[in-house]
Amino acid sequence: METFLASMVSVAFHGVALGMILYVISVGLSVTMGLMGFANLAHGVFALAGGYILTTSISRFGVPFPLALALAFILVAAGSVVLERLLYSRLYNASDLEQVLFTIGLIFIAVAVARFIYGTLQQPVYLPDYLKGQFPLLGRDFPTYRVFIIVFSAVTVGLLWFGVERTHWGAMVRAAVDNRAMAQSVGINTRRLFTLTFALGSGLAGLGGALGAEIIAIQPTYPFENLVYFLVVVAVGGLGSLRGPFVAALLIGIADTSCKYWLPQYGAFPIYVATIAILLWRPAGLFGRHA
Amino acid sequence: MNATLPVLETRRLCKSFGALTVADNINFRLESGARHALIGPNGAGKTTFVNMLTGVLPPSSGQIVLGGEDVTRVAQAARVKRGLGRTFQINALFRKLPVLDNVALAVAERRGVAHRMLRSANAHSEVRDESMELLATLGLAPEASQRILDLPYGKQRLVEIAIALGLRPKVLLLDEPAAGVPSLESGRILEVLDNLPKDIAILIIEHDMDLVFRFAQRITVLVQGEVLIEGGPEEIAKDRRVHQVYLGEQHHV
Amino acid sequence: MSAHAGGYSADPGVRRVEWLPWLVALAAFFLLPEYLSLGARILIYILYALSLDLIVGYAGIITLGHSAYFGLGAYVAGILAARVGITDPLVQLVAAGAAGALLGISTGAIILRTRALTLLMLTLAITSVLLEIANKATNLTGGADGLSGVVIAPVLGMFRFDIFGKTAYLYCLVVLLLGWWLVRKIIYSPFGTALTGLRENSLRMHAIGAPVYWRLVLVYTISATLAGVAGGLLTQTNQFVGLNVLSFESAGELLVMLILGGVGRLYGAFIGPLVYLIAQDLLAKQFPEYWYFGIGTMLVLVVMFARGGILGIVDGILGKLRTMR
Repeated sequence: METFLASMVSVAFHGVALGMILYVISVGLSVTMGLMGFANLAHGVFALAGGYILTTSISRFGVPFPLALALAFILVAAGSVVLERLLYSRLYNASDLEQVLFTIGLIFIAVAVARFIYGTLQQPVYLPDYLKGQFPLLGRDFPTYRVFIIVFSAVTVGLLWFGVERTHWGAMVRAAVDNRAMAQSVGINTRRLFTLTFALGSGLAGLGGALGAEIIAIQPTYPFENLVYFLVVVAVGGLGSLRGPFVAALLIGIADTSCKYWLPQYGAFPIYVATIAILLWRPAGLFGRHA
Repeated sequence: MNATLPVLETRRLCKSFGALTVADNINFRLESGARHALIGPNGAGKTTFVNMLTGVLPPSSGQIVLGGEDVTRVAQAARVKRGLGRTFQINALFRKLPVLDNVALAVAERRGVAHRMLRSANAHSEVRDESMELLATLGLAPEASQRILDLPYGKQRLVEIAIALGLRPKVLLLDEPAAGVPSLESGRILEVLDNLPKDIAILIIEHDMDLVFRFAQRITVLVQGEVLIEGGPEEIAKDRRVHQVYLGEQHHV
Repeated sequence: MSAHAGGYSADPGVRRVEWLPWLVALAAFFLLPEYLSLGARILIYILYALSLDLIVGYAGIITLGHSAYFGLGAYVAGILAARVGITDPLVQLVAAGAAGALLGISTGAIILRTRALTLLMLTLAITSVLLEIANKATNLTGGADGLSGVVIAPVLGMFRFDIFGKTAYLYCLVVLLLGWWLVRKIIYSPFGTALTGLRENSLRMHAIGAPVYWRLVLVYTISATLAGVAGGLLTQTNQFVGLNVLSFESAGELLVMLILGGVGRLYGAFIGPLVYLIAQDLLAKQFPEYWYFGIGTMLVLVVMFARGGILGIVDGILGKLRTMR
């Protein structure tokens, strides 16, 4: 019983860490969907880019870990602005099919480029010494890095939520998600709002990818393999919502970790079944608005 | 004392979105063969009412009775099968399809052949012929093979009505049929409305008071989700409250 | 994005130009005997693309999970041949189609209650589930190594699958012909017109009393059946089935083929796979790293500049020629 309880705590802990990463990566996707109505299936590419930036700057350029994390955020955000201005913005009014095709095209390009530059193997992550090892918490030992992930993500999420609730930018985002036409007629410059929000969401994805490089392996097929997870988080959480995907991500993180630990022969099967069940019960997601 | 059953009726119909009440205790009757208009200022809840009648929006409470049967929980498509047709305030047409196909789709649904896969659509001459006849009565026969998006707006509005007629409804809800139509073309729409089959009960939502007073035998005035008054055209035209509600708007005296 | 055939004024008769693909296919059989295995592959993917076009181009259902039905059909045929010992190709094919139909109707009934992104995500989830199963159930599916030892008896007891691929090619051609005939019938039928209506204005379809949900489930099931049959054909011609039939890349490639030819066009599903697979055969072997880069770029360019695909470009050229006269 003692060991069972211990395993449960451990699984829950690792599940929360995974969930936090999933949220940090996916929140941008949710907001983009809700704000621009654009299904950016290539969102995983930003996370992947963040992961590569982290691993490359540490192993190739000896950049210290905190700076590498910051670079992941900044460079991906900057890159996404270019992409948004040049390509994405032309397709905001395109049909669903066109958006899907476009973003799949981007995935193919990104995967090919990643393979070309980095080869097909997983990128090794070199953590700084102070983040390695075990960290004592509430009388137990947990992997220090996972504790770091949880704390760092929580702070980031907190800042994000504060930003959306309290800042002018946040108010504009909330208004525009609620009613785009209305927001425009009130004088909100949607173009700049979109670009800024897109950059933030993509930057967060890059940050999440970098932060979670140990948990979700950085390899060229990343955008394919994890797309379902990001979409599940957003769909179950509710498009355009901020809190919903948080709950969804934690649920999925814990559920996935539990299944892989206790029912390894089933893989991710139970997650998908649960997702389908939840969406049948609440088609707009747990916290979504109109379907 | 009215001995005939109304073809469409609502009893204590209410709808609220949270704290906002958009329909409050609406009791409404539409008689057989009626020419009934629903008027009211913007935001009075007219389109919400129609959406509840057709089944697009579920009411918060109350009943909707179609042809004597309670249809409050019945789905949109099923209500259509029971004889309820509607047009939309903003055209809901199949824009890239030709006019004929727009109407034929409705006719085929009514005739129950729309699911057929083995015979070609073209071979279903009964559907085609009926659609062409319908278009002819509306003066749209020459445009049968043109795509909707190539037609002037007034003609598109007529197609909107044609589709609803293709369903051979017993009750027809027309949501601002003349809305957005330039005055040169609206005459045609008025003609069409005048010539609609006498056995169909028609409820028309309109802002154009000339049209309303020309067309309607009974008028219901809806203000902020509540029925203000219901009666014949002269009664409504003379009512002071109605004048107040429409203060500043053009009205027919 | 799509020009559609069918409708109540359209003449359903087969136009002379529609004989062209079949003549080309037969000519290839006689004139290009070294390329018959590539040819069979093209024919299979045309059938697969046709099935996808029914739901994407006609009914307007956007899915990334069509490979679930293709893959299931492929594995069912393979398992029957290699594990159960049923070697008659027609029985295998019927089983593959039936499996596609069963999975199609059960998943379709569920996912078609949702729309857009949720639906897309569910299609991905379903394929992922199948991929997991195929990966783990190694006794049945061969796991990551794939399923070999697929034995195919002669078709109708008479036509053996020869090493030159002649039988395979003609076999696929006949099955494709039947599939094409069925899809064409549907497109020109009242049901096909209703599908177009569904895609163009689903609000209106509800308002004319159409049972939208059931129509979508029906066309989805038919499409899944055809995809299953195509998958079965693939296993039969390769005498092997591997995990890649269920991969994301594969689903993406099929969409690319469809877009390349032109979505919502009956013959877009013919041209797309033809061009894609020939190009892949010529180029991908030389420059594998650049192939997916090229595909991705092409997708982006097509969406931005040439939305109607190859047939759209052809239409544009023909239109210009007509106005020049």
